[in-house]
Amino acid sequence: MSALLKVENLTASYGELQVLRDMSFEVEQGGVTTLLGANGAGKTTTLRAICGMVRRSGRIVLDGQDISRRATEDIVRLGVAHVPDGRGTFTTLTTEENLHLGAMARPNNKAEIEADIQKCFEFFPRLKERRNQQAGTLSGGEQQMLAIARALMLRPKLMLLDEPSFGLAPLITRQIFDILADLTKETGTSMLVVEQNASLALELADHAYLIETGSIVMSGSSAAVREDESVRASYLGY
Amino acid sequence: MELFLQQVVSGISTGAIYACMALAVVMIYQAIHHLNFAQGEMAMFSTYIAWQLMAWGLPWGLALPLAVILSFFGGFAIERIVFKPIQNAPVLSHIVIFIALFSIFNSLAGFIWDFTIKSVASPFGEGPFMGSTLLGKHQAGMIAVTLVMLAMLWAFFQFTRVGLAMRAAAANPESARLVGIRVETMTALGWGMASAIGAVAGILIAPVVFLEPNMMLSILLYGFAGAVLGGLTNPLGAVVGGFLVGIIENLAGTYLGDVGAELKLSIALALIIVVLVMKPEGLFGRKIVQRV
Repeated sequence: MSALLKVENLTASYGELQVLRDMSFEVEQGGVTTLLGANGAGKTTTLRAICGMVRRSGRIVLDGQDISRRATEDIVRLGVAHVPDGRGTFTTLTTEENLHLGAMARPNNKAEIEADIQKCFEFFPRLKERRNQQAGTLSGGEQQMLAIARALMLRPKLMLLDEPSFGLAPLITRQIFDILADLTKETGTSMLVVEQNASLALELADHAYLIETGSIVMSGSSAAVREDESVRASYLGY
Repeated sequence: MELFLQQVVSGISTGAIYACMALAVVMIYQAIHHLNFAQGEMAMFSTYIAWQLMAWGLPWGLALPLAVILSFFGGFAIERIVFKPIQNAPVLSHIVIFIALFSIFNSLAGFIWDFTIKSVASPFGEGPFMGSTLLGKHQAGMIAVTLVMLAMLWAFFQFTRVGLAMRAAAANPESARLVGIRVETMTALGWGMASAIGAVAGILIAPVVFLEPNMMLSILLYGFAGAVLGGLTNPLGAVVGGFLVGIIENLAGTYLGDVGAELKLSIALALIIVVLVMKPEGLFGRKIVQRV
């Protein structure tokens, strides 16, 4: 398999504070890659750097195109859908309007967009029930589903998912990860998933990178990383 | 009773203008979270443009849309040239620029068209509306034009893609960027639309208050009062607030003997203070809680 996203020597900082140092990693076409790490390791910043939401330097190549100097809006238009931490819900708008917004960067083909919304409702029947409800009134799990559905509306090449399990009950988290697994199989969308819950993430992903204080300290197939003694002790807890 | 109804109806007709100004203020507030103190002067300048077009012989039906379109591009340009470069600057920088725009437009209008008062004929004609004792033709025209414009704006925001993108950009700029919306362009569009709405308000009120460079000063204050009363976070609330201020102003001027015509403006200012003290989010606004 070839690499859809290639990140080389990525560095990012908030003002004086350097958060990422010289990170290099890849996301394979059609695969799921996960970035593991503790709180504050730089996982969220990595995703924000890819999308141009923080100051960054280094090379970020998407599908052969260097995006490291592009603005967020333009990167999205190239097919990168970011599901941010906190889910980024448009709380004052309805569920359906949120989905329409997900398709904002696509050509305005009403029939196609409507068909994609119906597809989202098949994946997430709960969203159909809540289609005319203000998105801010949805539960945490429903808002996470909405965020994923909104990202799908872009028909993305690459989905960046920031902590999909955040603040959710274990049962809902499990449901969301099952849907994500179905999604990659059915749509072939590549994903880069950032997650604190390492065992869940390793189950979903084919490939994993481990980040500590802004640098990559280990990488390998999910199976290999899961077997690693130090990962087991620090991140899997057994 | 007759007097009461008359005052309410006349309050609704001036309220329509306040509603337009309130809406213009709120549209910009939603985008940049500052009150545009120059909104009134921008509207005044637009009104002069309409007047000039008519003085050159253009019929009213052509001069008004043309002035509104020019105002739209003017507002768009002001955001691009002046406000985009300072978008992350502190509040005071914004206020200084607002005051600068205020005096630039005010003096420029005086320089070009001089400070003498000009009367503007009503496009709707003089006299009572359909023989009614309650409503004049011009008042009816003001209400009708405002309502049509508000309906069009509502439809634009509710049913068009750009309208949805503008709402999204105002509600959550970061998420809006993440779905590919060009938030800066949306902000400039908001300025353009606010400027166009102000132009309509200025042109409609000109036959009532006469055309001169300071004509919009008090109108804008009433507009602010309407926006604050209805809630700065809610465009519909601001419109309702504008109408309410028109009615309150008229009734107070009629029934509170000491208020009369001279103290009407104080009512608007008192209203702003009362609302800000008692219910800062306004009648229809949403409370904004900020984590610190």
